[in-house]
Amino acid sequence: MPLWTLLGLQQGKQTAPWPLTEGNDGQRDFLGMPRYQPAQCTDECQACADVCPTRAITMRGAGEADRKSGRLDVDYGRCIVCQLCTEACPTGALAPSGDWAFGAERREDLIWKAEPAAAPAEAQNRRRAFRRSLHIRHVDAGSCNGCESELQALNNPFYNLHRLGVFFTASPRFADLLLVTGPVTTAMLPPLRATYDAMPEPRWVMAVGTCAVSGGVAEGGYACGHGLEGVLPVDVYLPGCPPNPAAIMHALLMFLDRTPQRVRGGQLGK
Amino acid sequence: MNAPQAIALQGEQLRAAATRLRATDGRMQMVYAWYPEKDRMELRYVATEAKQQEFAVWRYAASDAVPSLSDVWPLMGWYEREITDLFGLEFQGHPQPLRLVLHDGADPVMPPFDPRYPRETMIHAEPRRQSVPEVAGADADVQLLPFGPVRADVLESAEFLFFYIGEAILHYQPRLFFKHRGMERKFEGLTAAAGVVFAERISGVGSVAHALAYCQAVEAAAHCVVPARARFLRVLLAEMERLYNHLHYLGHLCHTTTLKVGEAQGKLLEERAKQLNTRLTGSRFLRSILTLGGLRRDLSPKGWLGAELEALREDYAVYARHLENTDSHLDRLLTTGILEQRVAFDQGATGPVQRASGFDRDLRRDHPYAAYAELPVVVPVRKTGDAHARSQVRMAEIEASIALIQRVLLLLPEGPIATPCEVPAKAEGLGWTESPRGTLFYAVHCDDRGNLARVKIKSPSFSNWRVFPFTVHGSNMMDYAINEASFGLTIAGCDR
Repeated sequence: MPLWTLLGLQQGKQTAPWPLTEGNDGQRDFLGMPRYQPAQCTDECQACADVCPTRAITMRGAGEADRKSGRLDVDYGRCIVCQLCTEACPTGALAPSGDWAFGAERREDLIWKAEPAAAPAEAQNRRRAFRRSLHIRHVDAGSCNGCESELQALNNPFYNLHRLGVFFTASPRFADLLLVTGPVTTAMLPPLRATYDAMPEPRWVMAVGTCAVSGGVAEGGYACGHGLEGVLPVDVYLPGCPPNPAAIMHALLMFLDRTPQRVRGGQLGK
Repeated sequence: MNAPQAIALQGEQLRAAATRLRATDGRMQMVYAWYPEKDRMELRYVATEAKQQEFAVWRYAASDAVPSLSDVWPLMGWYEREITDLFGLEFQGHPQPLRLVLHDGADPVMPPFDPRYPRETMIHAEPRRQSVPEVAGADADVQLLPFGPVRADVLESAEFLFFYIGEAILHYQPRLFFKHRGMERKFEGLTAAAGVVFAERISGVGSVAHALAYCQAVEAAAHCVVPARARFLRVLLAEMERLYNHLHYLGHLCHTTTLKVGEAQGKLLEERAKQLNTRLTGSRFLRSILTLGGLRRDLSPKGWLGAELEALREDYAVYARHLENTDSHLDRLLTTGILEQRVAFDQGATGPVQRASGFDRDLRRDHPYAAYAELPVVVPVRKTGDAHARSQVRMAEIEASIALIQRVLLLLPEGPIATPCEVPAKAEGLGWTESPRGTLFYAVHCDDRGNLARVKIKSPSFSNWRVFPFTVHGSNMMDYAINEASFGLTIAGCDR
């Protein structure tokens, strides 16, 4: 009979020190959201907007463009991180980056702005009672299973989400936060609403993955909507295709006021 | 890949051809519908002929009364039902003419694949209970447990109906397609090049298999020859995908047998593999690298990946030895959920599931693509057809995958990584891969400008979900989760 416990102990501690202290977060070399640098953009070119599969990048109308804010509207809530714009861009105005901490409380924080709005002043300790014990009910509303794969990874020994006091729960009756993935299909819309209705108050909603934020590649058509837009009130948006486990952890801690939101105006602060 | 000449069949010839295929050791693979012109629907049947690398394709005009082939080939039942739901075509003599993809209560103004369907109109749906068979009869002890579509833990959405007495399951019926996103229609009108990122997002944990099958279908249509370096790197990516999928499978299987440390170890190995994926491509799911004609950019696996994989293999070997010597784990797997060989064949089992029931079939060897023809492909086969056999096949495939990757690293030629791929008007092609879960097909048809007119996706989980219930009827509740985990199914790929 093998000694599993001994095997586990022999390996030593496998859990990443991050996010409790600085250290390896497991996302080395990860390609995240492309960075927009309007100063490098050249006139007459619209290669990025042409190639973007989800209309995350659109050209501004004549007269709306200026030197500082550029010629493009860039909405990271629609970005599926496919990197096609970074390959199409001849000047590096859209450049590959490792930016992934894109959890945001307001949808507009995901839209690129030359001068990002400051963080709202009142935002501290709003959910104090939940800071060390948050229970999540996950609903897959039609994802590709990429987001589920990363959510499942949260409980592997490397990320070990339990240590932060965050748990997934089977029943919506015990849940504080509804975590939704997928573009919301016609068939999943009623079960999704029923799950939300079954949750006690106070209750919150987090949209994980670009599909849940805006619809992603599946948006529209005969079977899908536009993610949670117009379906449920959303308290945290986390785009990504899929967002990596560290990004999900960061968004959860941000929701609990245990770490600051990093993205403002589509740009990451420190 | 190939762009086979489709053989036209008429009237009685269709059933005769299906019967002949059965008698000559062939196998039906799938049927799909499409509109060559706005008002003309056509069916395409794809079949394997015995000992032939090329797949046979038959076409049949859907304007005639179309006979069902489900009595000759039971696996065709689901394909025909899907066509009835999405194209409005009914098959004569279908033994189970029930809704499959669209649920009872979904009420589209017309079949959603009809060219006249108003494109951005969501189907109106009033949720209604599924019509279920009369299992209880006069025996009031039989209970019905509907479970889902929102289930415990972080799981994909599906509803399962159990008819049971105490611990015994009399009858089991999965209700899938809650996640049906209409992805095949999303391809229509795109340029062929734009389709790749959509294919990567049909089944997240099959991103490479899907994108590769799609690329190969288009490359077949365009008669595009991919450079050697890209073909070898495509094998590398496909095997890296198999590796993290199978490691996850073992961790999840331990979860269902409540082997806690085994679960943690398996999922830690999966995490290591995913982090290697990131280092190789920038994506934990190996996305954003495949493109028509080759790869989007070169990869440099030499000098580090071999050593990392060897270290992973050594740790995996210890883990595997522990698993195979743990009685409590094996007791739950042995004789659980036996899939008989005949049922596996008739109902269309594929991948490790079919290989655990005695079928020595693997597209990488039997219908080679990318660089597999130049590499030794080991195909592990088991005969017992139980949960243990299914896990053993995957365990052997982990070793084989790592060996294949090491061979690729050794042989990897220098040279260009892509070639231009221009798709002619009205071209069509068939592409396939042996994904971690089995046979995956993409059939691609282009319009008169070379854009996508129809993309059909046949995912392995569509096949294996059809098979799975046959191992559940007559089993018991305690084994259910273990049996389901041993099949290693995804729902996203099945539902699309």
